[in-house]
Amino acid sequence: MVAGLFSPAPAMTSNSRIELVCPAGSLPALKTAVDHGADCVYLGFKDATNARNFTGLNFDANAMREGVRYAHDRRRKVLLALNTYPQAGNWSAWTAAIDRAADLGIDAVILADPGLMAYAQKTHPALRLHLSVQGSATSYEAINFYAERFGIQRAVLPRVLSLPQVEQVIANTAVEIEVFGFGGLCVMVEGRCALSAYATGESPNCNGACSPGKHVRWEQTPSGMETRLNGILIDRFGDGERAGYPTLCKGRFDVGGETYYAIEEPTSLNTLELLPDLARAGIRAIKIEGRQRSPAYVAQVTRVWREALDRVMRDIDGFRVQPAWIAELDKVSEGRSHTLGAYYRPWK
Amino acid sequence: MNAMNAMNPMKLALGPLLYYWPRQATLDFYAQVADSPADVVYVGETVCSRRHELRLDDWLEVAAMLRAAGKEVVLSSQSLIESESDLKALRRIVAQADFRVEANDMSAVHLLTGAGRRDWIAGPTLNIFNPHTLALLAESGATRWVAPPEMSGAVLAELLASGAPQIKTEVLAWGRLPLAHSARCFTARHFNLQKDTCEFRCLGMSDGLVLRTREGEPFLTLNGVQTQSARVHNLLADLSSVRRSAQVVRVSPQGEHTIRVLELFRESAVGRLAPQEAFRRSAECMVEAPCNGFWHGRPGVEQYVPS
Repeated sequence: MVAGLFSPAPAMTSNSRIELVCPAGSLPALKTAVDHGADCVYLGFKDATNARNFTGLNFDANAMREGVRYAHDRRRKVLLALNTYPQAGNWSAWTAAIDRAADLGIDAVILADPGLMAYAQKTHPALRLHLSVQGSATSYEAINFYAERFGIQRAVLPRVLSLPQVEQVIANTAVEIEVFGFGGLCVMVEGRCALSAYATGESPNCNGACSPGKHVRWEQTPSGMETRLNGILIDRFGDGERAGYPTLCKGRFDVGGETYYAIEEPTSLNTLELLPDLARAGIRAIKIEGRQRSPAYVAQVTRVWREALDRVMRDIDGFRVQPAWIAELDKVSEGRSHTLGAYYRPWK
Repeated sequence: MNAMNAMNPMKLALGPLLYYWPRQATLDFYAQVADSPADVVYVGETVCSRRHELRLDDWLEVAAMLRAAGKEVVLSSQSLIESESDLKALRRIVAQADFRVEANDMSAVHLLTGAGRRDWIAGPTLNIFNPHTLALLAESGATRWVAPPEMSGAVLAELLASGAPQIKTEVLAWGRLPLAHSARCFTARHFNLQKDTCEFRCLGMSDGLVLRTREGEPFLTLNGVQTQSARVHNLLADLSSVRRSAQVVRVSPQGEHTIRVLELFRESAVGRLAPQEAFRRSAECMVEAPCNGFWHGRPGVEQYVPS
């Protein structure tokens, strides 16, 4: 299909392994993920170098050292998200984080910024590079650019492609493809969303934060519970309604005189039922979102996905989604509901 | 003021049309642009591959007409590339040699570098936030770059002061801010339609579809798969600080008064209008209240007046 350096990735065979990549916002969450069957755990430092820069979350160097030891002792991998965009004035914080990752024996760094990729490639040639979802690479032409330039070995796809589009990417690149399987759903192309920056001044790209808690206000008013982000009304809930966190793309707004979830409902991505198709397409890893979530969430979600992945790798044709899995996952889903997102074309 | 103008002449650019207008309205608009103060004009569809009132050949005709009128013309490419047909369209844009190309996705950068092009523009969606990434793109053939709209003036100045390569800088200084892209079409969603059968409902919404909070405050603008601010990013009052970093200043097309806006920027740039006066006169050209927070390192929605 395309001339280039790369031969297509090998097709899924019954013994190809798909890695389960689970989130850890703390050392207890990391241990929980490992104990419940994660192949890889991804995490970040306690600062703006990663896209889940939330108060009380993430790792200092000591916790990370212990986490790496815990995972490596059990032959699991640790991936470090350094997936925000450094600026001239804070560049050295990001390069120092890459140096620390290499020192700590991190198995791969997940990067979005090309400048940082060049730094990592030059300074730590043995360090494995993954292209973050924040890099917004939605086509094999984009992915192959990062591969040719910086030697990235894996790319995480933004949550915007339909299943046939995912297949098309995989068929035209040698880079391993990782997709999101479960968790909070970004409706916008990751890395291309400045909605939070517009409302609060803090963005996923530069600050590692979306709709950050310090700008949130909950207020009981005569017309209901109101949730605001930096003063902007994101939603209002009646007595019988469960008031959700004001993530700004998941509020109810008025368009043309009609009030509804104009961008997206508060819902989670859940692709369990697509697992055989994703496996046949040749994905090499499936990612669970939620570094900001509790160890209990990590335990529940990792357990279900471990079981599902083992089933699909053992008997792809006989794979059936177990109702108990869905029930378990819906308990921890945003809005207690789930969607296939863009994998399912009509969602678009 | 005049001394600075002599040192740093400002080019005025008209960004790509982000909305979907009927064919004749679009052609009429660019006929006016030919006589406008714009030095640079970006043409082409950047938002949605389903929009087809003008196809690439039509855009090339518009481009040729504008060039004949003395404009520097750039072909803009689509920001979100999803399908093989998106890539085909991109390859056609890269393959033509008559006009420079604005790369709005790394797939375009890959194709342009693969074709050996050394004259392209790195668009505002490439997430260039530091001098190292900017240098990489400059080495790859970019001769101008557009700063991400969320970048503040101070961060931009710092970037340019810290060993940035020889490359021209462009800053978006007018228009509803392009804030996000999605696979989902929010205009189709509003009409309970799917994107694949959207009935082209965005056609003729000259400035998109306003989204308000439940208190009635205009907040965002739905423009198909793109989400914009409701407020109009307006840096007319900040033009002096913009010009300290940027050689090219971009105005984004809107339903009405675009030419007047270009004139206000030109008059201000040549010193015929003081920045505050230009800003004051621009009130009649705005579909919503102004904002300039991003430029001042604040929430983009704010209108910040330095004290």
